[in-house]
Amino acid sequence: MNADGMTPWRLVRGTLVIMVAVFLLAPLAVVVIISFSAAPFLQFPPPGFSLRWYDLLFSTPAWTNSLWVSVQLFVPSSILATILGTAASYGLVRGRVPGASFITACLMLPIIVPGMITAAALFGVYRGLGLNGTLTGLIIGHTVLHIPYVVATVSSALRVQDVQLEQAAATLGAPPWATFRHVTLPLIMPAVMSALLISMILSFDELIVSLFVSSARVRPVAVQMWSNLLGDFDPTIAAIASVCFLFALLVMAADLALRGRSPRIG
Amino acid sequence: MRAVDGRIWLILPALLLLAAAFLVPVGWLLSRAFTFPEPGLQNFTLLWERPVYMRVMMNTVMISAIVTPVTVLLAFPVAHLMAHGSARLRRWLTFLVLVPFWTSLLVRAFATAILLQRHGIVNSFLIGFGFIEEPLPLLYNMTGLLAGCVQVLLPFVIFPLYSSMARIDPAYMRAAATLGASPMRAFLRVYLPLTLPGLVTGATLVFISTLGYYIIPALLGGARQQMIAQLIQDQIAAFGNWGVAGALSLVLLAITGAMVALLHFTVGLKEIAR
Amino acid sequence: MASAVLELAGVRKRYDSVVAVDDVDLALETGEFLTLLGPSGSGKTTTLMMVAGLQQPDAGRIMLNGVSVANLPPYRRDVGMVFQNYALFPHMTVRRNVAFPLEMRGTPAAELARLVDDALALVKLPDHGERLPKQLSGGQQQRVALARAMVYRPALLLMDEPLGALDRKLREQLQLEIKRVHRERSISVLYVTHDQEEALTMSDRIAVFNKGRIEQIGTPEELYDRPATRFVASFIGDTNLIGGRVLGVADGVCEVETAAGRIAASARTPIEAGAAVVVAVRPERVVLVPVRMAGTGLEGVIIEQVFLGTSRKYVVRLTDGTEVVVLRPISDPPFEQAAPAVRVSWAPDKATAFSG
Repeated sequence: MNADGMTPWRLVRGTLVIMVAVFLLAPLAVVVIISFSAAPFLQFPPPGFSLRWYDLLFSTPAWTNSLWVSVQLFVPSSILATILGTAASYGLVRGRVPGASFITACLMLPIIVPGMITAAALFGVYRGLGLNGTLTGLIIGHTVLHIPYVVATVSSALRVQDVQLEQAAATLGAPPWATFRHVTLPLIMPAVMSALLISMILSFDELIVSLFVSSARVRPVAVQMWSNLLGDFDPTIAAIASVCFLFALLVMAADLALRGRSPRIG
Repeated sequence: MRAVDGRIWLILPALLLLAAAFLVPVGWLLSRAFTFPEPGLQNFTLLWERPVYMRVMMNTVMISAIVTPVTVLLAFPVAHLMAHGSARLRRWLTFLVLVPFWTSLLVRAFATAILLQRHGIVNSFLIGFGFIEEPLPLLYNMTGLLAGCVQVLLPFVIFPLYSSMARIDPAYMRAAATLGASPMRAFLRVYLPLTLPGLVTGATLVFISTLGYYIIPALLGGARQQMIAQLIQDQIAAFGNWGVAGALSLVLLAITGAMVALLHFTVGLKEIAR
Repeated sequence: MASAVLELAGVRKRYDSVVAVDDVDLALETGEFLTLLGPSGSGKTTTLMMVAGLQQPDAGRIMLNGVSVANLPPYRRDVGMVFQNYALFPHMTVRRNVAFPLEMRGTPAAELARLVDDALALVKLPDHGERLPKQLSGGQQQRVALARAMVYRPALLLMDEPLGALDRKLREQLQLEIKRVHRERSISVLYVTHDQEEALTMSDRIAVFNKGRIEQIGTPEELYDRPATRFVASFIGDTNLIGGRVLGVADGVCEVETAAGRIAASARTPIEAGAAVVVAVRPERVVLVPVRMAGTGLEGVIIEQVFLGTSRKYVVRLTDGTEVVVLRPISDPPFEQAAPAVRVSWAPDKATAFSG
């Protein structure tokens, strides 16, 4: 396409893009604004500015407990998913495994299978094992759900990295673990960190599996939000939604910052 | 290389977890379709005979079939601008698309619901500018559901589409022009076909995702927009009917699987480009 | 052989249905610079990889300093390797790169620093220790790679087309560098290249590979003047190939009848009278005289004359259509006429006949 000023197509395109932009961002902006509303209902524009909903959020046990559960959930599950996924990626990309693409496809299944099916399946199996309503059950479920994202991210980084570097390390006297530690890992670290952050966000936001596996006492933030949404809701929901949104932004920023820096060891 | 073969064991932990915490449970659920409450195919006959099940299943496919073209149509200009605009524009657009992408589905669905209320912004805007007099029912119906799905799924089309578009050599369009094609024909005959891989990938992703949706239809759709996932949840939570739940899951998986296979055979499965 | 640092016996490797390395026997003496030379896909790199331990042979023995390496992974073999793309660790400084093998061996810090300094001095990059690889030019990177591969004094240095990624001038410079290092340290080198000029310049001996087999191992002179097979004759340097039929063989010299006349050539492989042969002779070994002068040889007409400064190149079309390239020193008088009729001949020991 050429650069000749404002053709009808460009006008249409520009308008559509602006509309889409508004469509994508307006809801989030509205939520954040409402969270500071002085009025106890979801009115827009809000009548006044107030921090009471955030106050309420951090003083209501239901919310603070759920935030704590979420932290106890996303930290271990994202770390576990990252470790298992990175190991699997390394084995699949560097090892000469027969059927590697089949195994990779299997590892991708949790993304393809609709969340409701996975959630119902875990709930059903957990009943027999007494894992419903436990943090362990939630952690296991989240880890399995997020391994595919780790494998996708780390595998593609490994594939881009020159295998000759590892060969060179071997000829220079480095056993496999030393090669991984000193050569491979530092070079794929941005991807591994990215994978960790992705898992953290996905875990924090995850609703469907959590919905089935939680109980009244062990429920992460997303489930708490859900039950609030189905009942009466006030702008507290907007406040927690804004917190989630902020969390997402912070993680995105961290990912960008980490990805920009290349490793250096001297 | 002997050392390399040892690396196979690194795959094991992830595979074991996958098998234990995913393959086995899902397999179990699907098997219930054939074994609960008694062995046999009754659950499937039930799905076929009871109108509510057929209606929901067909609804689900239809809804996906509506969401997909709308999303693709709206994604197209954005991807196009990203691919052919300035680098600065591209950065802003990428940011614009990534930020909602990283925000939870729940938050975005909720936010969309707020906008679409009777007294929400959209209606206030339309009334305020005199387009309408009475507030439009934008929520708990197809409109709300469509809005929610499109909102969430736009990035899934924009990125693969952008990827395809960015790879198109501008020489092709120039050649088409010198060969006598009007801009419209050049677009239809040259550009569009070249964007096909990204387009088909994106469209399939949207279709598959919409099929399995639960949160968005529950929050933004009405009773008439009930989708399979909601039905599955119902059957388990309200009736404990694992057999029907399993059968419904199987049907859902079958449709999803068919779409994935279609994508694989037309485009090839090297996506998951983030 | 006590002094052989590397021995290969009956080494074989196949990939699916392709035999990459077919029954290779080879011995490298201590301090020797041996080059594996051949076109792409001839098996030379695969052989090197098997010596390094990065690939496993299907059959045969590989012995390093008299000890079989069959069960040794690469990190336990006493070799150093230099790759075509340098393979420097991008996230480590030059110093850390060079120090890496010493760290792997647990060398104490003081000695490590000394050895690294030595190695960098050896490749003439003493002040570049704190730079990252991406801040260095290609030639500098390869020198660092060389320093890294040698810093722990391995018994054998392996080099896999190390100069392939560099431009011509740089390549020539580095060829001299490598030779200098080889002389100074008296290290044994197994070098792989497809560039026959490079092989001729740098090697003590050359092993010519073709389709997985070694066609000849010898010094550059031996390969140049007394090629054992037609492939070696045409792969190394420029060669004229003239077809004909053997009239008789005596004392290792065979008389060959061609459509343009009779010539003689050495026969180093068993050839029988009546067999079809190809005679290989280097352009600079061909003698050119006007046809009216007495003598034997092949008759033809000069169709091209090129002045090359220190020599003159002639292309002679023989009466049967075969073209022969001749290189004469500038001191030889040039031919005056437009298309002079000439006779080409050579001393029999300067030409080789091969069957086929």
